[in-house]
Amino acid sequence: MILPLKAHELTFAVGGRTLIAPLSLEIAAGPSTVIVGANGAGKSVLMRLMHGLLAPSSGTVVWTGDNARRRQAMVFQRPVLLRRSALANVTYALKLARVPQAERVGLALEALDSVGLAPLANRPARVLSGGEQQRLALARAWALHPEVLFLDEPTASLDPSSTREIERVIQAFDAAGTKIIMATHNLGQARRLGDEVLFLHQGRLVERAPVEQFFSRPASPEASAFIKGELPWV
Amino acid sequence: MEGLGQALWSALRLLASGDPTLVRIVLLSLAVSLSAVLLATLLGLPLGAALAVGRFPGRRAMVVLLNALMGLPPVVVGLVVYLLLSRAGPLGELGLLFTPPAMVIAQTILVLPIIAALCRQAVEDAWAEYEEQLRSLGASRFSAALTLVWDIRFSLVTAVLAGLGRASAEVGAVMIVGGNIDGVTRVMTTTIALETSKGDLPLALALGLLLIALVIALNAAASYVKGAAQRRHG
Repeated sequence: MILPLKAHELTFAVGGRTLIAPLSLEIAAGPSTVIVGANGAGKSVLMRLMHGLLAPSSGTVVWTGDNARRRQAMVFQRPVLLRRSALANVTYALKLARVPQAERVGLALEALDSVGLAPLANRPARVLSGGEQQRLALARAWALHPEVLFLDEPTASLDPSSTREIERVIQAFDAAGTKIIMATHNLGQARRLGDEVLFLHQGRLVERAPVEQFFSRPASPEASAFIKGELPWV
Repeated sequence: MEGLGQALWSALRLLASGDPTLVRIVLLSLAVSLSAVLLATLLGLPLGAALAVGRFPGRRAMVVLLNALMGLPPVVVGLVVYLLLSRAGPLGELGLLFTPPAMVIAQTILVLPIIAALCRQAVEDAWAEYEEQLRSLGASRFSAALTLVWDIRFSLVTAVLAGLGRASAEVGAVMIVGGNIDGVTRVMTTTIALETSKGDLPLALALGLLLIALVIALNAAASYVKGAAQRRHG
């Protein structure tokens, strides 16, 4: 297991602008974690720091155990797919992960099947619809059966029916035992998919609570204001 | 204008006649320029890709230099290659001066910066789009560079065509290192220059028209292949 993940006094600044103020947290295996907050709150930056795509300005991110890098994957808001077939996009990731050639196609087809894309395996990835592309990105991340899956606003640019499909896939991955760490500003989605909420405000971790408690009894004025602004009818 | 019309008419008659001298000149032109473009592509694409994703001291300076070299004056390149290959020069023992290989060398030097610089720009743009995803999948810079070059291969066709345009239109370098020897190193551009100075305008014009037609045909073929492939792969 590579969890728990421990971030200690983590900061990140670019050009004198502090995007993440000193932030310490521990993320354990099990319940899915949803990071919510307004645009610019630091959700994406925090996930990139944890995933290792950004180096912190100070502080540390420590995973448990060895080879943590290979046992986590990330799906971005806009999927970046290569100009080759859907299947080849997944086998490419398996090749980078040093999976023996003989096993790649089998694993890739299994992953495509888990997101409902098996019939489109030989389609060029770039001509798939937006929702299909994002599902392919999920399959590519899932093919390695990562222990931790980061999702950065995975449905932000999709229509409602594609969003439902993606959410169904994420729930299936969650049920299969992968730890989900997802950033979203869609609070309905946070409620549907999250077990616990990390609320970020201006680069600070303001509140951490189980999802129901966060929405019904937010402890901080910032969280109350954010929930009111996003869900004025609640 | 009457002179031009007459010259055009005799030019067409000459082309229709399929004169063997003319055919030889055209074939040598194609062989020299296409060989140079092939060599420059093999060297230029890896060089451009390395400059695009590599991080090493002097990289910026190399990029500036490479961009500047796109405007290398052909006569200067011809002169330098002439000095290198001449009997007293460091490579004089090879006995290449005034042979087609010397012309290929000179044109390769002219075309290489164009292909490398355009490839560098295209790969760098793609890297900005793909970087996070490829790093998340665990790609090293080297394997990412290879992936990028292959993924943007259709855009790189344009870089190669720019190189081909340079090679086929160039006269100064092949004139100096080839010597414009009848039946040996005489190509279309050197013949045009020679016949114009001799006053044989119909032949010069015929070759000029043929040269333009060939360049258009090569570009059309490349554009067709690129378009077909792009429709297929997205």
